[in-house]
Amino acid sequence: MNEVELLNWARGPGLAYAIIIMVAGLTLRVFEIVSLGRPKELAKVRSSGTSDGLMMIAKRSIPEPRNWRYITASYIFHIGLLIVVFFFIPHTQFFRDLFGVFWGGWPNYIIDFFTVLSIAAMMYTLIQRRIDPARRILTKASDYLAWVVTFLPFVTGYMAFHRLGPDYTLMLALHILSVELLMVMLPMTKLTHAVTFILSRYYTGSSMGRRGIKA
Amino acid sequence: MTPEESSETTETLGTNLIGNGVSRRTFLKFCSTVASAMALPPTAATAMAETLSKATRQSVIWLSFQECTGCTESITRSHKPTLESLIFDFVSLDYHHTLQAASGDAAEHAREEAQKAHKGKYILIVDGSIPAENNGYSTIAGISNRQMLEDVAKDAMAIVSVGTCAAYGGLPKADPNPTGAVAVSDIIKDKPIINIPGCPPIPVVMTGVLAHVLTFGIPELDKHGRPVAFFGESIHDRCYRRPFYDKGLFAKGFDDEGARKGWCLFEVGCKGPTTFNACATTKWNNGTSFPIQSGHGCIGCSEPDFWDAGSFYKALSTGSINPSEWATDALVAGAAIGVASGLLNRAGKSKAQDKHDPVTLEDMGGKK
Repeated sequence: MNEVELLNWARGPGLAYAIIIMVAGLTLRVFEIVSLGRPKELAKVRSSGTSDGLMMIAKRSIPEPRNWRYITASYIFHIGLLIVVFFFIPHTQFFRDLFGVFWGGWPNYIIDFFTVLSIAAMMYTLIQRRIDPARRILTKASDYLAWVVTFLPFVTGYMAFHRLGPDYTLMLALHILSVELLMVMLPMTKLTHAVTFILSRYYTGSSMGRRGIKA
Repeated sequence: MTPEESSETTETLGTNLIGNGVSRRTFLKFCSTVASAMALPPTAATAMAETLSKATRQSVIWLSFQECTGCTESITRSHKPTLESLIFDFVSLDYHHTLQAASGDAAEHAREEAQKAHKGKYILIVDGSIPAENNGYSTIAGISNRQMLEDVAKDAMAIVSVGTCAAYGGLPKADPNPTGAVAVSDIIKDKPIINIPGCPPIPVVMTGVLAHVLTFGIPELDKHGRPVAFFGESIHDRCYRRPFYDKGLFAKGFDDEGARKGWCLFEVGCKGPTTFNACATTKWNNGTSFPIQSGHGCIGCSEPDFWDAGSFYKALSTGSINPSEWATDALVAGAAIGVASGLLNRAGKSKAQDKHDPVTLEDMGGKK
């Protein structure tokens, strides 16, 4: 298989398999979590907890003033990820083709800046994971795997854009394949938090609210 | 001219050019252009001129298989009366369906004679793919394409696969490939093969490569067998619209403001980033223009399997699939498995609760 055939596969069947696994897998996860229900409230229920739950979804996005270096790196990575994924013009074309919605793209130099920033932030968080004893103990192999599959699309994308590596067509194919790997791993690792963070935050907020604790 | 005559002729390109009223200066200019196009050192132009002017007519056999004659159309339209055409006058084209005067038995006889007369010295040019599924799908004078290729290639000095069909299978190979079309290089393994892909290839690239073969031998080739000099860089990297890509300025259609301002055609499907060819530098019709310059995106015609790379009018970064046909099924399947898994978990939980044996104080070693 040459690089053109690889690219054609990545843009065709590969993408289809990745979407099917991701969509089915994430739906499965959400249904599984929701069907677990919540434990019986032993204390008197103070409120429905809905507003507290919704509040918590937003509130947990505000950084807490602890370990600011690590938190800054995490924020830079997440913001960079969203910008690169949703505002790089070729990516906007992908979403427009899929959903028929176009929200405008940003110039390449801005995307390039955030890509480098995100790569640096990811490297920093990985080093911290190795240096900090508590984090090192808590990090399992699957967490490193999650880091790798998130890191690969950044690196391959950067290399493809800057014509680094052996061949642009091959790099583009590898970039798309790395994204497909990320899509496949999304429901199988802690990366599921990309979707379930809403559920978990709502759950925490509403549980507190029902018990009369201010979220 | 019969092959016997061509083999005996002592007419060189030099005398041929003088006879046609071409000055040495013009000839040197052509050699310089070819040399610079192929990124050869400046001294190569003189060496090329010297070698070419002394060279005798090179026998060429041109075989056409599953093709549309577009490659021949392209090469014949390149000149008249440019120097490229003289190069081709200089080449003894001993067999070519479209261009030769002879037909039927006489034509096939000319090919056989040329093969005999120039054994081991002739260049074989092929356009069109070869049907591997069934030899009967394409025959010439009752001879299958495969048989004719193997027979002529056997005594050729080198093979030039002209056009994407001969180089990679091209349109006949496009999914579902009904004839089992294959490239020349899939059949012939023991001869040097130069691929000049394109649908059709650029005329000056064909003549330039031929000039290189005559003077310096086989040029440096890339992993797809293409001369690096012409196929070393992508259309995108050489495109004059590239700055618009970097700035994020794109035509959204073929008649909008962006199109009128000459912005990048990536969003309307240009495959320039993954296409390696010389269109953006040598251009077409004597350097007049090339597809992107005339407002249409590159379709990637010099790449293998470009017909199967999805729509010509969809951006390269889009998928070539239609998820609306099956995405809902994936969603429903995921939901169904999720519900089943939830129910299983609940059953497990209540089972565990039923089995639960309360721990008493005695169990823990206490007294009643």
